Amino acid sequence: MEEDFKVIDNYLMVRMPEEVDHHKSVYISRTADEFIMKEGVGNIVFDFEDTRFMDSSGIGIIIGRYKKISYFGGKVFAINADTRVKRTLMICGLHKVIEIME
Amino acid sequence: METGQKMGDGVRRKGIQRNEMYMTFDAVSENEAFARIAVAAFVSPLNPTMEEISDIKTAVSEAVTNAIIHGYDEEFTQGSGAEGAAQVYMRCLIEEDVLHVEVKDTGKGIEDIEKAMEPLFTTKPEMDRSGMGFAFMEAFMDDLEVISKPGVGTMVLMKKKLGTSSWLVQEE
Repeated sequence: MEEDFKVIDNYLMVRMPEEVDHHKSVYISRTADEFIMKEGVGNIVFDFEDTRFMDSSGIGIIIGRYKKISYFGGKVFAINADTRVKRTLMICGLHKVIEIME
Repeated sequence: METGQKMGDGVRRKGIQRNEMYMTFDAVSENEAFARIAVAAFVSPLNPTMEEISDIKTAVSEAVTNAIIHGYDEEFTQGSGAEGAAQVYMRCLIEEDVLHVEVKDTGKGIEDIEKAMEPLFTTKPEMDRSGMGFAFMEAFMDDLEVISKPGVGTMVLMKKKLGTSSWLVQEE
């Protein structure tokens, strides 16, 4: 699962799993934090290409990382989200604080 | 009902008038996926749309996750000394075109239900919980009721009427 995390320049790329729930979120949050600390990356990109299901645990992952990274002026991006995932993000108003891109 | 029968010929909702199921499983996070997939499979005879399945799966996932991480949190399981006995009960009922889902735990219960249901309120911010669980259940289902008593447990009742959208548009 380590290969789902990749550092490119100043960006941490996180490939999100097919189903983002509480069971998976604990590992994702912890590993992302390790990368942020160890590699000192400024921004984070969540890639939802494979994701078909996401509950509020996914929102927790994003908000938690956003708090850490925005403290140092970093940005959070969500890419390749399908309409379902997008809808879940928008219900929480996350599109106001992170960038949702195709 | 007439339209239901007309469409019922091929596509939607025939046969099942009432169907019920119970399941009980250990309060471990692996079972969150199991629970929502089980409910999705249970409603499949009603020919739900992808949207409806997705709504139901999300709501069930939220309710079951709540039972596991809040109902049976560490404080509770250590205090009661009954580790391993923590279980989540789920009951699903289809009545005509309405799905009822009941998720119950015998965990620590909720002190202030109104507060707990507020969007963004969470008792576990350190665990990266977003506080959106109940808000999602409300948004994705038609009806939500929460019954809880501290020290006794929590029961979440959800209702969703299927087939209210998209299919009916084709009627004319």
